[in-house]
Amino acid sequence: MLILFVVKCSLYLYSTYALYMPRPKKLRKISNAPKFKGFRAIRLDSDKEPAPILMDYDEYEAIRLSDYVLKKQTEAARDMGISRPTFARIYESARRKLAKALSEGAPIIFQGGPVYFTSEWFLCRNCKCYFNHPDKEESSIVCPLCRSSHVRQCEQDTF
Amino acid sequence: MKIAITSTGNSPEATLDSRFGRCSYFVIYDTKTGSMEFIPNPNRSAMEGAGPASVQLVASRGVEKVISGEFGAKVKAIFDSLKIQLIIINDTEMKISRIIEMVSPKK
Repeated sequence: MLILFVVKCSLYLYSTYALYMPRPKKLRKISNAPKFKGFRAIRLDSDKEPAPILMDYDEYEAIRLSDYVLKKQTEAARDMGISRPTFARIYESARRKLAKALSEGAPIIFQGGPVYFTSEWFLCRNCKCYFNHPDKEESSIVCPLCRSSHVRQCEQDTF
Repeated sequence: MKIAITSTGNSPEATLDSRFGRCSYFVIYDTKTGSMEFIPNPNRSAMEGAGPASVQLVASRGVEKVISGEFGAKVKAIFDSLKIQLIIINDTEMKISRIIEMVSPKK
């Protein structure tokens, strides 16, 4: 009887929580963070600069994947580890922020957001060491230890 | 370029420490000048948060590469956001002097 009561109580509690608490946001995977803090407009007059627009890293990544790497939304969403509708929402918000900054001449600052950062990992066949590659611009990948180019990309889950 | 290596002791004859956050010493090696600095790890016996605290210590020295036997998930994410390269060596018997020999530019 008592057990049943406890179960009932917890069910009641759970249902009230479910009513008032939103589902926590899934962390978005950022595989290429910007190397700079933000942008600023070139001004002709010495007007006061408008308040900066804060762009989250996931918004930056959405713009980069869609309009720079030219990926389809489904692929881009998979890359960021989120659903396609979520990706579309982030992308929409990013575009609005960009448009606002462009038309108002407001500075953009990259910061925060529900994100985590990752990079690709490689295995050197020569000295059997693992290493990652945070700088994507460098195209030829060599082992940082033995400078061998016998490297193989490995899956993220092996660690 | 500066490279951080986790070490079990404070001499070049010590071996690589397999853990990053709770290693005994950090070796900061400068490939330009060839200088070696041994820093005892203050987070060695920390209850929690040893990884991020060690990242801060290493990053404040301006290193570009970190060599260790293992990195935690939190640590990896912070290093990725700082654009610092991580290198994992599975051979824990490797001596610091040997690693430095490998990473220093060949003449």
